[in-house]
Amino acid sequence: MVDNFDYIVLKGGRLFDPSQNLDRIGDIVLGQGKILWWGERGAIPRDITEKAPKVQIIDVTGLTLTPGFIDLHCHLREPGFEEKETIASGSRAAARGGFTTICCMPNTNPPLDSAAAVEYVYRRAAEATLIRVLPIGCITRGRKGEQLAEMAELYEAGVVGYSDDGNPVMNSSLMLHALEYSTSFGLPVVDHCEDLSLSAGGAMNEGAVANMLGLKGIPQAAEEVIVARDIVLARSVKARLHLAHVSTAGSLEIIKRARESGANITCEVTPHHLCLTEETVKGYNANAKVNPPLRTSEDVRALSEGLNAGIIDAIATDHAPHTLEDKLCEFDSAASGISGLETAFACLLSLSKGLSFQTIISALTSRPAEILRPRNGKSPLSARIPPHLGTLRIGAPADVIALDTEKSWKVDPAEFLSKGRNTPLAGMTLKGKVVATFAGGKIAYMDTGEKSKTK
Amino acid sequence: MRIEEATILPNSVWKHRSVLDLDDFTREEVELVFHTADAMGEVLGREIKKVPTLRGKTVATLFYEASTRTRVSFELAAKSLGADISNIAAATSSVTKGETLIDTARTLQSLGIDLIIMRHSQSGAPYLVQDNVEIRLINAGDGWHAHPTQALLDLYTVMKHKGTVNGLKIAIIGDILHSRVARSDILGLSLMGASVFLCGPATMIPLTWRHSEPSAGGQNAARFRTVQRVEEALDQADVIMLLRQQMERQQAGLLPSIREYIHLYQLTLERLCLARPDAMVMHPGPVNEGVEIASNLSHCASSVIEEQVSNGVAIRMALLYLLLAGGKKD
Repeated sequence: MVDNFDYIVLKGGRLFDPSQNLDRIGDIVLGQGKILWWGERGAIPRDITEKAPKVQIIDVTGLTLTPGFIDLHCHLREPGFEEKETIASGSRAAARGGFTTICCMPNTNPPLDSAAAVEYVYRRAAEATLIRVLPIGCITRGRKGEQLAEMAELYEAGVVGYSDDGNPVMNSSLMLHALEYSTSFGLPVVDHCEDLSLSAGGAMNEGAVANMLGLKGIPQAAEEVIVARDIVLARSVKARLHLAHVSTAGSLEIIKRARESGANITCEVTPHHLCLTEETVKGYNANAKVNPPLRTSEDVRALSEGLNAGIIDAIATDHAPHTLEDKLCEFDSAASGISGLETAFACLLSLSKGLSFQTIISALTSRPAEILRPRNGKSPLSARIPPHLGTLRIGAPADVIALDTEKSWKVDPAEFLSKGRNTPLAGMTLKGKVVATFAGGKIAYMDTGEKSKTK
Repeated sequence: MRIEEATILPNSVWKHRSVLDLDDFTREEVELVFHTADAMGEVLGREIKKVPTLRGKTVATLFYEASTRTRVSFELAAKSLGADISNIAAATSSVTKGETLIDTARTLQSLGIDLIIMRHSQSGAPYLVQDNVEIRLINAGDGWHAHPTQALLDLYTVMKHKGTVNGLKIAIIGDILHSRVARSDILGLSLMGASVFLCGPATMIPLTWRHSEPSAGGQNAARFRTVQRVEEALDQADVIMLLRQQMERQQAGLLPSIREYIHLYQLTLERLCLARPDAMVMHPGPVNEGVEIASNLSHCASSVIEEQVSNGVAIRMALLYLLLAGGKKD
């Protein structure tokens, strides 16, 4: 492990921060957990460094420095499924992927439907001491879709939103009440949109590939009808709705129309839905089995355009680690999900179509930060979420990452820090690597032996 | 007694270690299977229906789904060639309980089995074995995906009657969506140059094929069209392939009633008259008499349903021979 110093000076990098339209070569000083200064190369005011007893200077010439990435959607599996991932291993994987803030989903065992469970996640994350982990609480007790979870208690325990991710709330009346009730706390309902009666038994996107493979398809309508339903419900009670992992062109069309008429909805897209299509499933590749399923190239194009146009707010990984056994079985029986934290940036930089660097970085930093920003003045979250997240502004937390945008590397799941090695990108050579991750001013990850040199 | 060497083509065209589907077959390979099946048919016509060609070889049937005719057909094929055969009826695989499919296949490999004949309710299951275990495989049906030996015997039956498949109009009637037989037949028929017409309830035709226009793709690309009315599919057809109507589809809401299916799609004498006078009627079995086909028709002169069963043994012998004895030379 690399020693942590009181102050870290990153010298000569390209400072890139969409939150302040910043793109210039310069130096940046991290100390006391915050960004203390940035500016002209070699122009660090002496009074800043003189205060520090121990200063580490890192030459980051040729690297790009951006705010640490924020993931609105990942699965850390703890408590209950520690063989797939733990909060500690998931945090290490996140740091390797450049993420300094991650929101974890409540589909654990027990699910995060009580203050005790939420506090457990916070405690385990504090023990991991690596990055900021923010739990999302359940919408319904036990994720059963029958009775609302104690949403006020969850709010006080510090959840950043409510979701029954993986188990959509099929009862429209209950969903309406969840949206209504959530308005008291200013938190979004994070919606996994899937009509289970339409997707039942489906293993991949409905279409030519599913037909060729003889697999039951999941129609695009399974997602779109719930996107439409929940937009209608949220508007009727003026609730905050955040649509998770949007995957179809049709969903985007509905969202676009709703936003044009002023609906308070946000949404996210995953790197795999921006970069891969149903073709990846050919040969019964269970590592490409994911829910919602990989769609068509038309969907990929629409999602990319939607992200560029700002209809999609953020990129979220939906990191879903699984064991080898969960995947090494018949396709219908295989678990759904992709271990995505460690490949997100390279995947987006190498395989996405028509996304600018600016779009990718803002969708991983300033845009998700805006969704997380506490809306209530006296929110219990104010203690958990600093006022400036996803930015390099002076005074913001020292969450900074160093990216080598030219570096090519081969995806080898055996090197993952995540316990989940389930990725359809295995063996692919991608361009773009996270070289170092600083979280709260401490080194959370360093790609040793690469371009960055410690002086 | 031996198989007449002269009747078997030099099998330099045969490249397969396993037969999982027809998507990687060439015309020459299909023709080789047919020539080999002709020789096998000659063996089956003898007083003593047995040759020692595969003596010392052991094959196993590994069936995760109920089957009588396919399993018995393979068993007869293996025994006629002198191979030993073990039948394993496995409970439906589950990763949470008991042995996984890969473990089972590895165990069979360790026991010295030369080839596994496998049936599974989940599409792609034989590919999982192929990707993880070094053993020869024949797919005897996987989910909705493929049933290559059925397709080969269907093609073979057509070939024996018509001399060729090229240019024939073939009507496939019924539940295409859930049919592995239909998928493999479409691949095989297209490969051999037939013109395929699909017809069935819209809920039972894959969406991607529902509005398909006649297309000419690559060598193995399917070449077919979907039509709404059964009369259009049957008009001047050379071959009529009927698919089994699963009774449980009605509960799933795909069909209002069997009565309505009969009304729209049953092959009746009147509808049969729309086809060419020498049209063949085929069915992969088991037949729901009075549903897919009028009761009085399944045993009529046009029906080759029983012949399909006997050709099945010859085709399966041919594949076992090509996979197990063909390998001797390398």
